[in-house]
Amino acid sequence: MSRNQAAESNLLALNQQKELEDLPKDYPLSTSEDEGDNDGERKHQKLLESISSLNRKDRQKLAERSEASLKVSEFSVSSEGSGEKLVLSDLLEPVKTSSTLAAVKKQLNRVKSKTVELPLHREEIEQIHREVAFNKSSQILSKWDPVVLKNWQAEQLVFPLSKPQSVFAPIEHVVSGWKAGTPLEQEIFDLLHKNKQPVTEPLLTPVEKASLKAMSLEEVKMRRAELQRARALQSYYEARARREKRIKSKKYHRILKKGKAKQALKDFEKLQKVNPAAALEELEKLDKARMMERMSLKHQNSGKWAKSKAIMAKYDLEARQAMQEQLARNKELMQKVQAASESEEEEEVQEEEEEPLVPDMVNGVQIKANGLNPWMFQNHFIVAKEAEVQKDLENPAEPEAQETSESEEERAVVEEETLLKEFEERRSLRQKSELNHMAEPVHRHVTKDPSSQEVLSELRALSQKLITENHQSGKQELSSARTAQREEPAREEEEPMLLQRPKRAQTLDELEELGREGCVENKELPRTAVEGLQLEKNLSNHIGTPKEKKRKEQMIDLQNLLTTKSSSVKSLAVPTTVQELEDEEERDQRQMIKVAFAGDDAIRDFLKEKREAVEASKPKDLDLTLPGWGKWGGMGLKPSAKKRRRFLIKAPEGPPRKDKNLPNVIISEKRNIHAAAHQVQVLSHPFTHHHQFERTIQTPIGSTWNTQRAFQKLTMSKVVTKPGHIIKPIKAEDVGYRSSSRSDLSVVQRNPKRLSIRHKKLLENNCVD
Amino acid sequence: MKVKMLSRNPDHYVRETKLDLQRVPRNYDPTLHPFEVPREYIRALNATKLERVKIWNLTKRKCIRTIQAHEGFVRGICTRFCGTSFFTVGDDKTVKQWKMDGPSCGEEEEPLHTILGKTVYTGIDHHWREAVFATCGQQVDIWDEQRTSPICSMTWGFDSISSVKFNPIETFLLGSCASDRNIVLYDMRQATPLKKVILDMRTNTICWNPMEAFIFTAANEDYNLYTFDMRALDTPVMVHMDHVSAVLDVDYSPTGREFVSASFDKSIRIFPVDKSRSREVYHTKRMQHVICVKWTADSKYIMCGSDEMNIRLWKANASEKLGVLTSRERAATDYNQKLKEKFQHHPHIKRISRHRHLPKSIYSQIQEQRIMKEARRRKELNRIKHSKPGSVQMVSEKKKHVVAVVK
Repeated sequence: MSRNQAAESNLLALNQQKELEDLPKDYPLSTSEDEGDNDGERKHQKLLESISSLNRKDRQKLAERSEASLKVSEFSVSSEGSGEKLVLSDLLEPVKTSSTLAAVKKQLNRVKSKTVELPLHREEIEQIHREVAFNKSSQILSKWDPVVLKNWQAEQLVFPLSKPQSVFAPIEHVVSGWKAGTPLEQEIFDLLHKNKQPVTEPLLTPVEKASLKAMSLEEVKMRRAELQRARALQSYYEARARREKRIKSKKYHRILKKGKAKQALKDFEKLQKVNPAAALEELEKLDKARMMERMSLKHQNSGKWAKSKAIMAKYDLEARQAMQEQLARNKELMQKVQAASESEEEEEVQEEEEEPLVPDMVNGVQIKANGLNPWMFQNHFIVAKEAEVQKDLENPAEPEAQETSESEEERAVVEEETLLKEFEERRSLRQKSELNHMAEPVHRHVTKDPSSQEVLSELRALSQKLITENHQSGKQELSSARTAQREEPAREEEEPMLLQRPKRAQTLDELEELGREGCVENKELPRTAVEGLQLEKNLSNHIGTPKEKKRKEQMIDLQNLLTTKSSSVKSLAVPTTVQELEDEEERDQRQMIKVAFAGDDAIRDFLKEKREAVEASKPKDLDLTLPGWGKWGGMGLKPSAKKRRRFLIKAPEGPPRKDKNLPNVIISEKRNIHAAAHQVQVLSHPFTHHHQFERTIQTPIGSTWNTQRAFQKLTMSKVVTKPGHIIKPIKAEDVGYRSSSRSDLSVVQRNPKRLSIRHKKLLENNCVD
Repeated sequence: MKVKMLSRNPDHYVRETKLDLQRVPRNYDPTLHPFEVPREYIRALNATKLERVKIWNLTKRKCIRTIQAHEGFVRGICTRFCGTSFFTVGDDKTVKQWKMDGPSCGEEEEPLHTILGKTVYTGIDHHWREAVFATCGQQVDIWDEQRTSPICSMTWGFDSISSVKFNPIETFLLGSCASDRNIVLYDMRQATPLKKVILDMRTNTICWNPMEAFIFTAANEDYNLYTFDMRALDTPVMVHMDHVSAVLDVDYSPTGREFVSASFDKSIRIFPVDKSRSREVYHTKRMQHVICVKWTADSKYIMCGSDEMNIRLWKANASEKLGVLTSRERAATDYNQKLKEKFQHHPHIKRISRHRHLPKSIYSQIQEQRIMKEARRRKELNRIKHSKPGSVQMVSEKKKHVVAVVK
């Protein structure tokens, strides 16, 4: 700071010097010195003398030198040795007498008040100059601050910033400077020259000009309007004709034909009135046409048209109706053939609707009646099923809708009760169908049909699926079903070979089921039916008693582990003999606490919470059904169960939970290490809160999610440069500043010389002082 | 009977001309386009992987002209702003002006002007708009092209000045760097130096930002580059460090957003102005110490000259496609660029985009210097920890390298 102040004062001093310099030259100048400063200098010198006087030799020398080195100048008066301060007024005294010097005196009096400081060292002066220059140039530079800021904040900068001004070349110059080279060009030029096509402004040939001149403006306008109208009408007419020609509608053409016929009739009547002879000729013509028609039988069914109609029947509504009628007739015939088994089928359908969970086919095989040929029996059953399926296909919406309307719980409830009953019913039905089958052995052939086999396999798969579902919903149903099945082994054993296949499927299914439960080690498939039966028995035994027990145990484990454990631990830990009284007190306290916290059961809450957490962490099934895909969709219509089943992607069971065996711990397993490798761990610099970061990531910028305009705006690059375009440094004119009018060169040439001269002068002056 | 029909307005699907793109109606309902973040993330990942380095040579690799300009080394060369002639200085104490076009048939190869100086000149730079140039040696001289003596000569201290550069925007300002570790700024109009900043080590050259009048970057011997605001020299705006040897030359992109530096460690690096780490590093097996580097005026290429006497031309943006881009290509590249920007903080994308293959020497030196730096930091921390609180202060990296600012 002090340095700065000194610099300022120095500058002031310099200014004063300049002022003095500007004084009229004819007056003798006597630049007075600053007394105070001189005084200080003197004191300093005296001090030096007194110090040096310690050494005599030096003192003598100094004294001599002080005499010699005393500055003698016309501008300054030394008051060395007098011991008094020299005052300007003393010097002015003799001037009083001469009146001519009054002006000078006045001036000097004015100067008196101002004091000039000691000039600085050259180095310091240079420093001051530098500082001033630096301040000046940084001020100049500061005007660029807003420009720089704006450029950094700009959404897009397109370089080069200043667009090159397009140069306008008059067309005459271009044309005159260009010669036609190729024959084509020459031809064009010839044409243009022939018509005296002008190159400049009014682009009209002399002929056009003349024609324009010939008409008045209004005429021209009218003529043009007329032409326009005619052209428009013509185009309308053409468009209409084209449109009409393109019409494919039969009806339209029929109507058109009728209209034409009517018109012809009218004309004919008119003709009759006007010219009977001509009318008679016309009549003959008509007669001839009728004859032709009868001869050719053109409009019979055998005609080309009729045949094409038959082909087109698929797409035509009426034809389709006809087809349907035909189908109905066929159906009637079919129904007549199956007249006896109709009631049974219906019943079965009902069954299917009620209880689709039990594999009918399997049961059908197992239930065998009266030792008749089982092949026939099975075949017949399959056929019956097939018919049923066909029916299903014909009106698929009904059973599906019913199915969907039934919620699973309801089904579960109903099943238990109805299961046994159904079995009995089915048995009776089988017997009936058997009879029917006897009557019509034709159906046997159908088994060889591959399509029927497909249906069979599909049915089996469906039934298996349903069984698994059933298992999950309730265990007891299964066991009851088993008991029902076990009632029939005697019959089953009669025809083991026949039963083998479906039987195996069932046991397999069960195996899977049991494997899921986790208590079956033996997964070998039974080779024969007997083996299968034995296994089944074993399994059923397994399931019947120990399984349930195990389950119960598990339940106990889960539910009461916490409480039982705590009690047992306590009993072990506390020595009984010493603390009976305390025990009592504790018991009281516990009682009190129990009473106080009777309402909230923390353990149960925790268990519940854990159960919820487990449920939440379980992988969810993925339902990909699209309503309306392949079938009608809309209000009140739900996609069929088949579709849902098909598009339901079962989630694979995840690895076992880490807290599976820790009843009083919940370990969250939400963190996925594979995903974590791709996730951002630390919030990076420009963001202050993770919400900001998430928001920037959440907003998509691709064209899939944004409109074209928005996409373009979002993906705009910050800096755009064009290859081959020279980018010049930014100029003051580019950003709207006024650039300095004087060139640097001129400034340099004028200023430094003067500056240097002035410098020298000043410096010399300073040296003298 | 009125027939109700589904009708569509032809304007919505009919093209105006055959050449137009087919109109594709799009539904932007976000529920129909799920997983936008993962999808864009994958796209960003792919976009990052697409980057690759290519080296492009000039198509015509022919030396057009060779001039025996000076006796001894040619120390500096610069072109006139109009590009019609160029100036050279050499060890023979002369400044010569040459025509850019070669001599016509039968004409002798002769300089337009020759100025005999008193001292050796070590560098030269031309004014950006006027017929003025500056040389440096023992002092900075400003010359008018028409005169044989300098208009003014400026000096501050006594040391050899290695390079001088005109400010491209406020053209009366100059910067020079001398071998006594300082950078000096001059004002040509007032014929005076302005300020001097002394750094830890010698600055080899400086370069002014062509878009920001007060910003310049200094290439230093201590492996770093310092970007200064000339109004506040006591703290650099940014310290750019990535080189593992002395930085010999620096040049700004004409857009002013990036600069390229040539180093003794046989590589060139591209730094964004506002980042302390480099965006890109270029090296080849055969390239030796890179002595000079220049960015072309259309900001698309970089040229560098190196010790094994080759000039190389590099693409400024290695993965950019050369040639004409269709609008769809441009849109795709813009989109990729934006995606990279958006997901730049994701670890995989960061890793891939930062990965560069380096020669073993540079790689090992980087490791070594990292260890050294860490050791120094640890020592400083220990010193702070074991001394009286407040007696030892942590000095920021920016302030550490500035020794003094002389007014």
